[in-house]
Amino acid sequence: MKFVDEFRDPDMAKVILERIHTLVDEIPQAQDRPLQIMEVCGGHTHSIFRYGLEELLPDKIELVHGPGCPVCVLPMGRVDDCVAIAEHPDVIFTTFGDAMRVPGSKKSLQQAKAEGCDIRMVYSPMDALLLARKHPDKKVVFFGLGFETTMPSTALTLKQAEKEGINNFYLFCNHITIIPTIKAILDSPDMYIDGFLGPGHVSMVIGQAPYEFISAQYQRPLIISGFEPLDVLQSLLMVLEQLKAGEARIENQYKRIVPDGGNMQALKAVSDVFELREFFEWRGLGSIDHSGVRIRDAYAQYDAERAFALPNLKIADPKSCQCGEVLKGVIKPWQCKVFGKQCTPETPMGALMVSTEGACSAYYSYGKIDARNIA
Amino acid sequence: MTKPQRRTLKASTITMAHGAGGKAMRDLIEDVFVGTFDNENLNKLEDQARFELAELQAQGQKLAFTTDSYVVDPVEFCGGDIGTLAVNGTVNDLAVSGAIPKYLSCGMILEEGLEVSLLRRIVASMRQAADEAGVTIVTGDTKVVPKGKGDKIFINTTGIGVIAEGVNISAENCKPGDKVIVNGFVGDHGAAILNARGDLALDVELATDCQPLHGLMQAMLEVCPELHAVRDASRGGVATVLNEFAESSEVSIRLFENKIPVRDEVRGVCEILGLDALYFANEGKLVVVVPAEKTDAVLEVMKAHPAGQGSAIIGEVLEGYAGRVLVQTGFGGERILDMLVGEQLPRIC
Repeated sequence: MKFVDEFRDPDMAKVILERIHTLVDEIPQAQDRPLQIMEVCGGHTHSIFRYGLEELLPDKIELVHGPGCPVCVLPMGRVDDCVAIAEHPDVIFTTFGDAMRVPGSKKSLQQAKAEGCDIRMVYSPMDALLLARKHPDKKVVFFGLGFETTMPSTALTLKQAEKEGINNFYLFCNHITIIPTIKAILDSPDMYIDGFLGPGHVSMVIGQAPYEFISAQYQRPLIISGFEPLDVLQSLLMVLEQLKAGEARIENQYKRIVPDGGNMQALKAVSDVFELREFFEWRGLGSIDHSGVRIRDAYAQYDAERAFALPNLKIADPKSCQCGEVLKGVIKPWQCKVFGKQCTPETPMGALMVSTEGACSAYYSYGKIDARNIA
Repeated sequence: MTKPQRRTLKASTITMAHGAGGKAMRDLIEDVFVGTFDNENLNKLEDQARFELAELQAQGQKLAFTTDSYVVDPVEFCGGDIGTLAVNGTVNDLAVSGAIPKYLSCGMILEEGLEVSLLRRIVASMRQAADEAGVTIVTGDTKVVPKGKGDKIFINTTGIGVIAEGVNISAENCKPGDKVIVNGFVGDHGAAILNARGDLALDVELATDCQPLHGLMQAMLEVCPELHAVRDASRGGVATVLNEFAESSEVSIRLFENKIPVRDEVRGVCEILGLDALYFANEGKLVVVVPAEKTDAVLEVMKAHPAGQGSAIIGEVLEGYAGRVLVQTGFGGERILDMLVGEQLPRIC
């Protein structure tokens, strides 16, 4: 299949893997302890497991599965807020499918739906707006979720609603932003990361510039990476080349999608509609300054947080969960106390077991068979 | 005495009266069901069908007996409808045991307001599918539920078939060394239903693979009466069947990802939505585990049969790691193929 198979070519993979194996032996810091390279994005994590890349890599490279799965890092309190909105009898609550199973403190959206709430899966915020047009007697709420990748489409949907004068459409905004979170990880005292694979689709919107501090202040390389298996391998190779040369630069492997300057139109729509929050709560990582956005006053009429009374409670992660340590690369998923025991994809306790893009869920579902047997 | 003429149904929509037991219900049953299925057993309008045991006994040694309910949404889609599914699904549940399917029942739950023309199309599809599968629909039941208490039409079919002597197919029989074969492209039905819902507005032709499998099964049994395990890969797809085999037989199964036949259109749908065709429902695909020495012979007859032209060896049975299914990726890496936790998609069959 065109645009897919050429990025999954096993012969090309062999060539890149050979170079990775050779190069890692020439990097001094890899000889004392394994290099830790974080793939920031859940899409990368999924690809790594889907194609069994980890076991093809040398032992001197350890992949650390980062925080870039918006479904995984959604705190329980926000899910409770979703359920509270959905329980209004005049509400149609719309969401991307993979948020349905995220556990709240009492129930998930899937359970709320089974109990009679009108909750519908959509593929795009524009589908939610369509429902608002079709059901003028209902309040249609869209659960806005995701990083800068999905922010522009939500922003444009609000602009469209305004243009059409639609008054029964609301956004429950849970959009988050990746840069402050990478910074928080870099500032963490138990941090071991040698280099990063940067999120491809976020970068398509924000471009290359926002990452510059990672090389300038923290002297770490970051490669903006695509999601196909060859993209991931090539990006790893690019990290190694920098480490060998003793460099720390921001490079763009995903040039076929990511313009260096990002997408100005998308950024404009985002800044028209959203503004930074002082802080936002992340599951597994806690509160991070300036890591989320909210709706600007100019679009207040569409803001579900203002239109509905929300419980807005902070629900602590279960104590036994070690998601934060996994996210920072301090432990591997299977080293967590509850992995595969109390915490499985059927009964997820921690953030990382929730979505198929979460590191723990990926390990559990796809992982090396021996790692899984420990569970 | 001449037989009284069958009653006719003049209504254009189903109302509660059509399930009330009176004349309106007789109109529906005689015109739509008896009129279409039209066979000696059904036409007598007794409360049950009756068969000569001797006749069944002459054809085999064991009875196979199965039931399935069909609630697919939408009820009509590219390549078939809920009626085609309701016949072939149950026929295939019989067929994969090695049984020759003989008789089906048909229980219908209709929602008030259903268009009679749609019902007639579905019932006609059932008759056509039954004829192709060589089965007779010999008994039935109809209920009508108030609007909003059902979803257009739900169908239950129960089937009886006859298994010949010496055939013993079971999910428990997989042995290390056996080969795993599938009879063609996987995931077509799941992708067709997803597309038929229209939410995605994809510009592709995706048709269900719905077809009866009894003919293919009999051809396979002729060259290999000792087939180890066979299941039709309906809900949960090929991945689920293989997990069931691995668990029941206490073996592991390794799949070769690049040997699994998947249409480009279906791959495209999976790529866009992040889904896996191995979990998509099929309605005319079986997964068969064959002793290694019979693999070539079985594959040859499968490819020669219209229902098996795309057959391919997709994996092998291994010792150790009991209950696990592994996929060797195109890259030479390996991953676990687990059962789905919940649904990949809502209500697909």
